[in-house]
Amino acid sequence: MLRFIFIRLGQAIPILLAIYTITFFMVRAAPGGPFSQERKVAPHIIEQQMEYYGFNDPIHVQFFRTLWQHITFDFPPLTSYPGLTSKDIIADTFPVSLQLGLLAMIVALSISLPIGILAAARKNTVLDYAPMSMAMVGICLPTFVIGPLLALLFGVWLGWLNISGWFSVYDRILPACTLGLFYAAYIARLTRGGMLETLNMDYIRSARAKGASERRVVLVHALRGGIMPVVSFFGPALAGLISGSFVVETIFQVPGLGRHFIQAALSRDHSLILSTVLFYAALIIVANMIVDIVQILLNPKLRYQ
Amino acid sequence: MKLKPLIFATLACACAGFSYATPADDAIKEGILLLGNGSEPHSLDPHINSSLNGHHVVVSLIEGLIAPHPTDDNIPMPGMAEKWEHDDYTVWTFHLREATWTNGEPVTANDFLYGFQRILSPKLGSQYSEMLFSMKNAKAFNEGEIEDFSQVGAIAVDDRTLKVTLNGPVLYFLNMIKHESWFPVNKTTVEKYGAIDDPANNWIREEYVGNGPFKLKNWQMNQIIEVEKNPDYWDAENVLLNGIKFYPIASSNTEDQTFNRGGLHKTYEVPADLIPVYQERKDSNLRIDPFLGSYFYALNNTVPPLDNPKVRKALSYAVNRNSIVRRITKGGQTAAATFTPSGISGYEPSPVAEFNPKKARELLAEAGYPGGEGFPKLTLLFNTLESHKAIAEAVQEMWLKILGVEIELRNQEWKVFVDTISDGNFQIARYGWIGDYLYPDTFLRILHSDSGQNDSRYSNPVYDRLLDESFVEVDPKKRLDILAEAEAIMLEDMPIIPIYHYVRPIRLDPRVKGWHPKSIGIRNYKGIYFEN
Repeated sequence: MLRFIFIRLGQAIPILLAIYTITFFMVRAAPGGPFSQERKVAPHIIEQQMEYYGFNDPIHVQFFRTLWQHITFDFPPLTSYPGLTSKDIIADTFPVSLQLGLLAMIVALSISLPIGILAAARKNTVLDYAPMSMAMVGICLPTFVIGPLLALLFGVWLGWLNISGWFSVYDRILPACTLGLFYAAYIARLTRGGMLETLNMDYIRSARAKGASERRVVLVHALRGGIMPVVSFFGPALAGLISGSFVVETIFQVPGLGRHFIQAALSRDHSLILSTVLFYAALIIVANMIVDIVQILLNPKLRYQ
Repeated sequence: MKLKPLIFATLACACAGFSYATPADDAIKEGILLLGNGSEPHSLDPHINSSLNGHHVVVSLIEGLIAPHPTDDNIPMPGMAEKWEHDDYTVWTFHLREATWTNGEPVTANDFLYGFQRILSPKLGSQYSEMLFSMKNAKAFNEGEIEDFSQVGAIAVDDRTLKVTLNGPVLYFLNMIKHESWFPVNKTTVEKYGAIDDPANNWIREEYVGNGPFKLKNWQMNQIIEVEKNPDYWDAENVLLNGIKFYPIASSNTEDQTFNRGGLHKTYEVPADLIPVYQERKDSNLRIDPFLGSYFYALNNTVPPLDNPKVRKALSYAVNRNSIVRRITKGGQTAAATFTPSGISGYEPSPVAEFNPKKARELLAEAGYPGGEGFPKLTLLFNTLESHKAIAEAVQEMWLKILGVEIELRNQEWKVFVDTISDGNFQIARYGWIGDYLYPDTFLRILHSDSGQNDSRYSNPVYDRLLDESFVEVDPKKRLDILAEAEAIMLEDMPIIPIYHYVRPIRLDPRVKGWHPKSIGIRNYKGIYFEN
């Protein structure tokens, strides 16, 4: 297992390097720069800024310097927030996104797993159709529809919860539910699909033949194989969730990382774009590795491969 | 049957929810004002910030020589300067009052000099350094031509006397120096965290030292900026609020909902599609304040056929501005008959940009395109935004119907758009301009041949000469007359097509008193209080 982890981490290095290279050049190639704005600034001021942030150096110098900055975690000041670096931004906002993502995942799993399992166990009954149709609606309804609806209901009409901000524990509820419901719909369908496939397998028939109760068959024998698709989906989904969601963060005014992701690109903040992209990439790599490990633990066949 | 108790329970809870005091109610008891503030300001450094969001916070923390008047932007109100006098509007002497910084040091004339030197330092790269260019040698210092700051026209006669020498008479100087680019900073603090000209100097986050009615208490990015009453402020007894919480709520819909929930006393804006809804409902919270800004189409005066004034005027006469503000923008904006918006006392340029289809057709025919025949297909460029698109489509339709002229619409992402117009790669482009101070100059200057902002590439020696003449005229009335004449001449050439003048729609809790309509965004929070 340790060897497996080392190999995977070794593979991550060229991947991150490739992502860095592509992002670096894409950012440079994009029209419009960090200092372009409607209110014109004298050319000598732009020149000073370019010099200060090192944009006047030859491109290969910038390429290696920025790479080194990312390896040593010694980041330059940002153009969009003078005085701060990418490290400050990520350290400040990632814990928020992580919290929101994990809460959303808990919401998603606690709703979707029971529904998915039940739908598979009671295939082609109301207990299957009703939740699955709801899930379909859930998949079709984007967060920017669910979010404001929840805000209107629980914030304005009922007056129970705040609509914007991330101050008290209660402020976590609406964003986490909005984000969680969206994922719940997907996971419910994946669970049902996985469970149905597993329930048709020979070993399930054997379990039934041996006289195992239906509950035991579904929850013990079938579930382990049935949630494999969910586990594969879980990795990238978790990385996406904990690195922040632009839409949900904007709707509920959550000070997370997701907004910086988009804002950095819009303000052409080269350093922040690179750092957030690399951070996200690293998260996905780690999350996928964890998923692989979990899959190996769940499926003994994979252990021999 | 079983539903009934459930419904009752829900209703009971809902009613209980309503009966709770909202955050806005609680805040009023504590004397704290809750303000929506658009988005996260990129800086709170008066010499680096260039955003309106940042500006709203900075004016609560630092006070300049002249403070913003609570009701009328035309009236200078003593700030750090207790009194002042001038010699022909060219040499200004300010007598400072006794005041302290939040670190206990006295505010002196040298703090102002330090501020001027800082914003003018080429290495700081301040975007607003230009605001100080009317000061003698300020431009030369900023452009690196002179390195000795003592040659710049500002001296500290003593600790409490500041003398500023300008290049020529500036009648609206007292209006201009309300802008934060003229603000002082505390030298000890700035230098503690970096060099005078280091753009990344982080004193604003490490230790914000100000001299304003409030001091910084808490700043969480994308979350809140909290300021509390500064007990050491010279006029603390007239500061009626105990604090202000600025919420950088980026989505105007979220902000509006937060207001509805009772989470704010005032919103930063109102979603455009909700303004007519609130107007219809006669919502007592909705207020439409004036705003010194102009929305217009810049025409590239160097490309044919737009190099022909007749063509430009024909296009302008064919725009039905009233219809645009009534049916599209719908937020109380006013149709623009001039470039400079109204609200500047004593300035009344003659309205020229009117809707006159007949005249438009005649002019186009005179220019050699009767009925739009042979007129090349032009492109109207705008930055990607639904509201700009709606106006562009309406104008496209008007020009086609009235003039038989076909145009193409093209949208670009903001930064791309800005670069495209700066490079002059456009024919017609959407443009907006917000005044920095209450004087026609702030608009008319941008069409001067020498202006870097003149993206229309308009050049008329008579216009330039009139503007230059106005800069040295000391008689206030004469000066405004010259500017009005210049504007009339410019509109006769129609280098741009004014569309509408901005307004500032807000939603304001009626319990907030003293929030007077102002056309410039500079506000003095010390005049604001809550109704008992």
